[in-house]
Amino acid sequence: MGNFLNVAPTTLLVIVVLILTALAFFMARNRAMAAASGDARKLHSLPNYYGYNAAMMTAIPALFVLAIWLFVQPMLIQNSVISLIPQAAVSEGSSVNLVMSDVRRVANGLTTAVDAGALTADAARDISTANTDIRSLLAESGVALGSEVTAEVLNAAQRYRSMQATGQWLMTAAICAISLIGLFIAMRATTATFRARNLVERFMLALLMIAASLAILTTVGIVFSMLFESINFFSLHPWQDFFLGDKWSPNFRGDSDLSILPLLWGTIYISIIALLVAVPIGLFAAIYLSEYANSKVRAVAKPLLEILAGIPTIVYGLFALLTVGPFLVDLFGRGENGILGVDWMSGATSVLTAGLVMGIMLIPFVSSLSDDIINAVPQSMRDGSFGLGATHSETIRQVVIPAALPGIVGAILLAASRAIGETMIVVLGAGAIARISANPLEAMTTITTRIVSQLTGDTDFASPETLVAFALGLTLFVLTLGLNVVALYIVRKYREQYE
Amino acid sequence: MTDMPNHTTPHNSLLKQDARTVKRNRAETRFKAYGIAAISAGMLMLLILLSTIIGRGTGAFQQTFLTLDVQLLEAKLDKNGNRDLEEIKKVSTFGYAPLMAAAMEAKVAQAGIVTDLKPKELEDILSKDAAAKLRDFVLENTDLIGTSVEFRFLTNSRVDGYVKGRVTRESIANDKNINVAQLDLVDALRADGALEKRFNLAFITGADASDARPEAAGMGVSMIGSLFMMLVVLALALPIGVAASIYLEEFAPKNWITDIIEVNISNLAAVPSIVFGILGLAVFINYMHLPNSAPLVGGLVLTLMTLPTIIISTRASLKSVPPSIRDAALGVGASKMQSVFHHVLPLAAPGILTGTIIGLAQALGETAPLLLIGMVGFIASNPPDGIASGLMDPNSAMPAQIYEWAKRADPAFYERAWGGIIILLVFLVTMNAIAVMLRRRFERRW
Repeated sequence: MGNFLNVAPTTLLVIVVLILTALAFFMARNRAMAAASGDARKLHSLPNYYGYNAAMMTAIPALFVLAIWLFVQPMLIQNSVISLIPQAAVSEGSSVNLVMSDVRRVANGLTTAVDAGALTADAARDISTANTDIRSLLAESGVALGSEVTAEVLNAAQRYRSMQATGQWLMTAAICAISLIGLFIAMRATTATFRARNLVERFMLALLMIAASLAILTTVGIVFSMLFESINFFSLHPWQDFFLGDKWSPNFRGDSDLSILPLLWGTIYISIIALLVAVPIGLFAAIYLSEYANSKVRAVAKPLLEILAGIPTIVYGLFALLTVGPFLVDLFGRGENGILGVDWMSGATSVLTAGLVMGIMLIPFVSSLSDDIINAVPQSMRDGSFGLGATHSETIRQVVIPAALPGIVGAILLAASRAIGETMIVVLGAGAIARISANPLEAMTTITTRIVSQLTGDTDFASPETLVAFALGLTLFVLTLGLNVVALYIVRKYREQYE
Repeated sequence: MTDMPNHTTPHNSLLKQDARTVKRNRAETRFKAYGIAAISAGMLMLLILLSTIIGRGTGAFQQTFLTLDVQLLEAKLDKNGNRDLEEIKKVSTFGYAPLMAAAMEAKVAQAGIVTDLKPKELEDILSKDAAAKLRDFVLENTDLIGTSVEFRFLTNSRVDGYVKGRVTRESIANDKNINVAQLDLVDALRADGALEKRFNLAFITGADASDARPEAAGMGVSMIGSLFMMLVVLALALPIGVAASIYLEEFAPKNWITDIIEVNISNLAAVPSIVFGILGLAVFINYMHLPNSAPLVGGLVLTLMTLPTIIISTRASLKSVPPSIRDAALGVGASKMQSVFHHVLPLAAPGILTGTIIGLAQALGETAPLLLIGMVGFIASNPPDGIASGLMDPNSAMPAQIYEWAKRADPAFYERAWGGIIILLVFLVTMNAIAVMLRRRFERRW
């Protein structure tokens, strides 16, 4: 309820500014038309631009100041109220911040009580702990407080309320004034020779630039959000254990072994199996499609293969868990009842399960990238080879592939980066046991799986067991980014050769 | 010129190939066969995947129902007889159980089935959700109190599994939820025609259900969650993406800042989706204190993820508008900004739209970031009642709901997970088909 009251006047203020903005648009446009005595040809810009300019001047500075105000005011109030709380009021084992949140709660409680009619506005300002039991008074209007309200806290809360009210009034007045001043300036400037369009277009260009720089902002956000928490993590947990240890066993009572190596091994092992499936199939498919297939086969086969890339990863995850995993268990497990009669595999989740399914997912990725690259090899090189009497396959093996090799390596690296960052297939198909083993039929776990498991459910952002996820995320980000940069570099460098 | 060349037999003739040529031709055939094998392997995988999805998922759209005649006794449901909704609401699902038990016994007697099951066991073949469904029905139709209605009850998931062939008499040996005598009853009721498999609309429109009631779980509420997320993505990613592309393609000077932005965008497109989930958790939830599990947060995260895709495709379609269009606009006195917004952008619009739909389809199927912002692990039981609550209240999303079902212990949920995938794929296929149609319809060669 208190929250609602804090928001409502602000929303109202925004609505007022928006109404003023609309008003400004029509007033300025009419004024421009009047200045040109109704003949738009006499104006520098089209009439609408005068309107846009006035609207811009009315809304932008006002809303900008409003945003800053909303950000700064709580901090200023907090600082001045904190100075009211004597050091003695901060009891043992508590902190100023805890007292401050008490103050805020009491202040909001008083507001709620006033709204509910349990208190008059004057009474809320003047009551003191000496003659009223604040806690039970607030409880009557539905505000539950954890402890008795001390005189200092009540005093601070009353101060908090009065400052907030003053701030609200000041803000309303200031924003309306800024808005009106903007409107006034724009109206003054609106003459027939005023270059309204240039101003409006400069503003639009600024908006476009802001949109473009959002990409950078996202990257900065990614890096910083993970970096800060990773630093927190390394202050709680030795980095030697994280990078060089050999055990992963998080323990929520503390003292866990959190080493990335077993996870990295699982990730790389699964990625290698995935690439062993995807690269031969994808590469041969690309060679066939670009060198042998006629246009009819191409038109059918290429989009069909690419369907595999459009299927969401959760589908592959389910396929791994419920179809491929049980099939592999039938094949390699169950002892006498199994297909091979061996007992090498017990659970459906394993490195092989996840790797195979991830390989299927990566086939179109490898094939369409390689296809582009093979197509970019100039026809003259093939013709030269044919002219010397080479067969088609010899031409491909000895001329086309060597020429396309850097690009193909780039494509494989991009696929590897995909495999390392893939989450749903390994969450459902790879298992949860961190170990370093060479047996592909055992369950192992990966970096992405552990990020998911450490950050879902009950999380405590002060424990290394949760914060380790950010360090894992950062490692993953750096790893995939590195692979991408190298891959893109190779691909670009190669492309330039034949252009 | 009298010297005749020395005639020797050629090493190879056109009619008879020598050993080496045979070998080379064989290698050629083999190589080609590898290519065909690779393509067929890819197709085979696709075929297996799709047939698995369809084979295992279609069952979820059908459910086993038992039709019973229920006496809605006034004495039980509305003691005062004044049809006051508030008073009828006071009767909990426990008040409906005896009515169902009576209906069950009547049915068994009427069909002439001999069974030594206790009434409690009789009732157990119905879903644990059945009483609540009956109650909802009565609350909506209070005028039917005091009459006898024919009501279609959901059966227990084990009964459903037995009818669908998932559960067999052998497989329930250690199952406490059902016994062989109950299956005999099911067979008898099936022969009678009261118990039958039919289309289950509730799977598409309904809400998720708890672990004990797989037969009542549906995709509807998570579909609404996905819808709200897509609205957020569309509202943010399209304008921002288009604005960024216009700047980079039409206005940006060639300098190092532009280069950094471009490299950045291509790298962002390849960042693993889970990293965006970490960003969302750290920035939107921990720092900005937006609510956990809210479609708004999911939408924001997916927006950041989809932006690079939209920017890349928008730039491609802006690039494909020939410079002559811009030159002509500038020539008749338009400003640079006017030439872009009045001429280039409308011509590029179909391409931008196509790219946006494909980006949305990608975002719709994405799961990993949603796990980190908490869109799993709870039961999304009620559809939101407005736009604000749709954005801010905890909800699930289609792929997150599928993941949730895949993680549950009861195999009855697996069928629903596959069924959920069919629904998800129908959406994706539709979106992609629209994108392809748009491209076909509006594609212009300059």
